[in-house]
Amino acid sequence: MNSDLKRPKGWKELPAGAVLPAGTAVEYHTGSWRTFKPVWIEKKCIHCLQCWIICPDFSVLVKDQKFDRFDYDHCKGCGLCAYICPVKGKAIVMEKEVKE
Amino acid sequence: MKTVKALTGNDAVSYAMKQINPDVVAAYPITPQTSIVEKFSDYVANGEVDTEMILVESEHSAMSACVGSSAAGARTMTATSSQGLALMWEVVYIAAGLRLPIVMPIVNRALSAPINIHCDHSDVMGIRDSGWIHLFCENAQETYENTIQAIRIAEHPDVQLPVSVNLDGFIISHEVANVEIYDDKPVKDFVGAFRPRVSALNLRSPVTVGPLDLQDYYFEHRRQVADAMVKSLNVIKEINAEFNKKFGRLYKVIEGYRLEDADACIVGLGSTMGTLKDLVDNARKAGKKIGFLKITVFRPFPKEDIVSALKGLKAIAVLDRADSVNAMGGPLFGDIRCALYGASSAPVINYIYGLGGRELTEQDINKIIDDTLAAARTGKTVPEPAYIGVRE
Ligand code: SF4
Ligand code: SF4
Repeated sequence: MNSDLKRPKGWKELPAGAVLPAGTAVEYHTGSWRTFKPVWIEKKCIHCLQCWIICPDFSVLVKDQKFDRFDYDHCKGCGLCAYICPVKGKAIVMEKEVKE
Repeated sequence: MKTVKALTGNDAVSYAMKQINPDVVAAYPITPQTSIVEKFSDYVANGEVDTEMILVESEHSAMSACVGSSAAGARTMTATSSQGLALMWEVVYIAAGLRLPIVMPIVNRALSAPINIHCDHSDVMGIRDSGWIHLFCENAQETYENTIQAIRIAEHPDVQLPVSVNLDGFIISHEVANVEIYDDKPVKDFVGAFRPRVSALNLRSPVTVGPLDLQDYYFEHRRQVADAMVKSLNVIKEINAEFNKKFGRLYKVIEGYRLEDADACIVGLGSTMGTLKDLVDNARKAGKKIGFLKITVFRPFPKEDIVSALKGLKAIAVLDRADSVNAMGGPLFGDIRCALYGASSAPVINYIYGLGGRELTEQDINKIIDDTLAAARTGKTVPEPAYIGVRE
């Protein structure tokens, strides 16, 4: 699947009608669109996981029912997680993205 | 094996749908299509088909439901007219781009404004370039048989494109005619089982249907549609031949009438070609060497067949029941004259006729015959397009 998407095929080789294997959006790194980046402050986090519920891009990764990390390959930096975070002073802050 | 029934064109379509027994029909009523789905819902209600009938709230939803159902792997049909087709428009393109073999009878009707419920071909010409195959019917018999063949054409592995079956609103759709109906079994055998290329609901092999396709892939996918359209012409010929053999018919992508020794020819689509048979016969009795060419398959455009049918003629008139409003003539004219470029230098005359159901009278047709024969003698054309049957 990965190599299919990396080496663009010609029209004679592609499956007809834009039918692809499932889940190919994983290959598309929407994280490159980010202007602001969410940063997690571990010591303030109460692991309520409201950020995980609200994230429209499945970019809050959870491990053992606790906040684990952001998936920066796909996080578009919308800021909803920081907005919803109920902790006083916020356990997620948005910082300006620094592009390498 | 044949039974003659008195049916309207719409009833003939519903009867074909009953014998096809599609998995899903999603449709919305619109004049003059309504009686197709009305009759078909009787078949559903009476248990004569096992179709899942989805009564949606608009044609946009009808075609959307068809796209979903066809992508899920169900044999899917709908039917519409005019404004209904206009409302479907964006989803019509999606059906073609996703290569979904949906079959849709279109009962041709003018587009508003001013509001009008009668026949012209403006509705289907609006989806001319969508990637749908477009078949045109001359009478109720052809609506029945083209609907049956359309399923096979759409679902053929080399094609996988949606198909519209066009019948002239009220003229064919509501006129009662003797229609020869075949027994269920031979029709069902001819249609066969649907073997879907895609099934979006197969959990064992999940697929993404219709992903975002930007500068990197969109062009390739539309190129495939063009290729499938080109390949579909031979497929249609094969399916016509199979149908003709099984049911004793003479379906062809184009049909010439008295062209062998003709000086001039009239080219057109739909029910008008039936009227022409009589009037060409009359003209022949008066020694006028005229014939006609009926285009049954408008897309794919059978250009080689058309050129070989027309190339020896001295003048050609093309009838368009839709106006392209100050383009180089109507849609059929543009195609025909382009196809003849380099193959014939005969004058090609364009007549725009019958908009909003305006009758094309015997006098109109006789004038077309005389003008075309005059062009054959003089080599001079008439200013185009010539609007015929409109009050000055
Ligand atoms: S910024 Fe938006 S996309 Fe990124 S993790 Fe937070 S909610 Fe998800
Ligand atoms: S919303 Fe805030 S407190 Fe809750 S899990 Fe996410 S970061 Fe932690």
